[in-house]
Amino acid sequence: MTGKKIETDAHSGQQTTGHEWDGLRELNTPLPTWWLYTFYACILFSLVYVVFYPAFPFTGATGVLGWTARGALPAELAAQNQRNEPMMARLRAATPEQIAADPTLRSFAIAGGRIAFANNCAACHGAAGQGAQGGYPSLADDDWLWGGELADIRTTIEHGVRNLDSEEARATIMPAFGQGILTPPQIADVTEHLLAYTGRSTNAAAAARGATVYEENCVACHGERGEGNAQLGAPTLNDRIWLHGSERAAIIAYIAAPRLGAMPAFGQRLDAATINMLTVYVHALGGGR
Amino acid sequence: MAHVGGIETEAPPPLYAAPPTIYPRAVKGRIRRVKWVVLTVLLGLYYLVPWLRFDRGPGVPNQAVLVDIGNARLFFFWIELWPQEVYFLTGALVLAAIGLFAATSLWGRVWCGFTCPQTVWTDLFIWVERLIQGDRNARMRRDAQPHSRDRTLRKLATHAAWIAIAAATGGAWIMYFNDAPSVVRDLATGAASVEVYFFFALFTLTTYVLAGFAREQVCTYMCPWPRFQGAMLDENSMVVTYRDWRGEPRGKPREASSGDCVDCAACFHVCPTGVDIRQGQQLECIGCGLCVDACDDIMRKLDRPEGLIAFETLKNLAASQAATAGMAPSPARFAAGMAARATPRFLRPRTIMYAAVLGVVLAVMAAAFLMRETVSLAVIRDRAPLFVQLADGSLRNGFTIKLVNKTQAQVGYSLVLRGLDGATLLVQQAELDPTGRPLLATAPDGITEWRALVTIPLARRLTGSHPVVFEILDASGLSIASAPTTLVGPAP
Repeated sequence: MTGKKIETDAHSGQQTTGHEWDGLRELNTPLPTWWLYTFYACILFSLVYVVFYPAFPFTGATGVLGWTARGALPAELAAQNQRNEPMMARLRAATPEQIAADPTLRSFAIAGGRIAFANNCAACHGAAGQGAQGGYPSLADDDWLWGGELADIRTTIEHGVRNLDSEEARATIMPAFGQGILTPPQIADVTEHLLAYTGRSTNAAAAARGATVYEENCVACHGERGEGNAQLGAPTLNDRIWLHGSERAAIIAYIAAPRLGAMPAFGQRLDAATINMLTVYVHALGGGR
Repeated sequence: MAHVGGIETEAPPPLYAAPPTIYPRAVKGRIRRVKWVVLTVLLGLYYLVPWLRFDRGPGVPNQAVLVDIGNARLFFFWIELWPQEVYFLTGALVLAAIGLFAATSLWGRVWCGFTCPQTVWTDLFIWVERLIQGDRNARMRRDAQPHSRDRTLRKLATHAAWIAIAAATGGAWIMYFNDAPSVVRDLATGAASVEVYFFFALFTLTTYVLAGFAREQVCTYMCPWPRFQGAMLDENSMVVTYRDWRGEPRGKPREASSGDCVDCAACFHVCPTGVDIRQGQQLECIGCGLCVDACDDIMRKLDRPEGLIAFETLKNLAASQAATAGMAPSPARFAAGMAARATPRFLRPRTIMYAAVLGVVLAVMAAAFLMRETVSLAVIRDRAPLFVQLADGSLRNGFTIKLVNKTQAQVGYSLVLRGLDGATLLVQQAELDPTGRPLLATAPDGITEWRALVTIPLARRLTGSHPVVFEILDASGLSIASAPTTLVGPAP
């Protein structure tokens, strides 16, 4: 490096900057000074920004204003809630039936219910209420354990099923018939009877024996012809929806030792407006009566 | 190491320097007249178009050209665009870009020199400046003098006029996004929104700074277009050119050895970007042609042919240079140089290609626009669950149906499902038409969303996926729109 050689270009008469690359020399065409000052102003701005705002990643430095996007969130949420308040007040005061009958309230409830459902219900019942294996019932079909009318759905959401949170929780249970009530052959017979409801029985004699067992043990809750009883959460047995599996082995296992589902009382977690929105949303999933 | 006759110096020159102030002299002539007409038409359009009214019926803005951001609508006379039709706007911009490329390859920097907002407003600001402070010489003299009351008053008046024009410009911009009469009233009474004041102030400030102070600096240092438009220019493009073959050597008018250029510097003095066109093609030259007018004026006074500076192709310039090489200044040299010129070729592969692309895009846009649907149907099937088994063993598929109504009338259409016998269709919350089919009603200029449930009986034994079509029919049974989708059952 021999230092910069400032030369005058013979062709243009301009001076060079002294920079040279493989024989190519750069002409010095001075930039306007305002350009330079704009550059300085940008540097100054960045320094001011660093002092006032969180600018260093990963350090948690907040800047002297103490502003953070996370810190600004509560105020934004409060403002949004403020905007929603007139509608929420109406949703609190109305019954689910009134909400479902009013197109404006209904569409607001379904939009809000969709979000509340994703936050509170989807973990067990699936993103669109389709249910999940292992005893999480589908909310989109037309089969309801505890009733599919708006009032029934609201009660189930508010108080839940077989929990200790709410005294009004749905609480009835099915005995474990395999533990000293019925013998294994009796359980096999009654299973055959249940399969006969949908034409799946392969042993008419066993089904006939099972009909007797059914009358003695099951009718009280599940009804004369397996129609079920939503008051008791006793499922319909003469349809094609089986929460814990429709195969013979699955039915036998369930009669012997029921796996009773449970659900928290959401009345203690969510406000009345949200429960109403969830009720209308779940009802509109397709199965509501 | 060889280099071209350089003189080495010790003191390095500055890398930054204050740009010279440019005092463009007033000029009269053919091109100046064209520029005044273009300026008047363009500024007139810009300032007046927001005030045009166009009756669209009650409840709809009656402004002919309006970008209604709040309601997400773009109104242009009888056209109303929704956000999802922004491709029409994209198409218009694509057309404008290709049109710019084509115009540049035909006539050089006509955009820069005549129609660019930066040029138009700078021209207007220079005119105001000249009106209040006088022409080039008066301004230069006044600026060189020590401080005086007269100068201060004239400067103040100039800046006040500039700010007034800038405010009108910023105000007109806001009117394209708001109802013009009400936004003017709101701006004046302090009732306008913060956004309106912000953009009004922003465009006022940018107009004032860019046209009052930055001027040619915008073209030279900020604008990317001069940097890459060289790609559109070739030796057949019309560019502002000094015909050195008849101008050189420069000298006194009466000296027989002199060319036509008398070195009066009129071309340089009228230039709004401070270019000496006699040095050849330069980045800074915006091709406004004012030097053509200035030089023609001098040539007329000297009783010499016009066109020493002219819109000329570089190919013709080279031909004239070749034909007059070695000739002494004389009428014969002028005749030989002019005779060597050919009529500029406007039909060239480059311009034909630009025209072809322009035509194709125009045709595609026109076809897309003419086939634009004012009522459309969108069907989105539920992805989870794909199907629901019901108690009686039948299957149910759920769909979200969207009926888009871009007209200003309430519409009601019957929905039918075609493609699977036995399937029943239920639309939640929908009324039924006289034949019992769901009737979808949608408000003017709106979208209504419905939830449709299709039940397939057990006996149909649907497995896998089955193509079906949703169709909307008007009262007479005519098909308005349809949307294909599938019914889905368990894997076969």
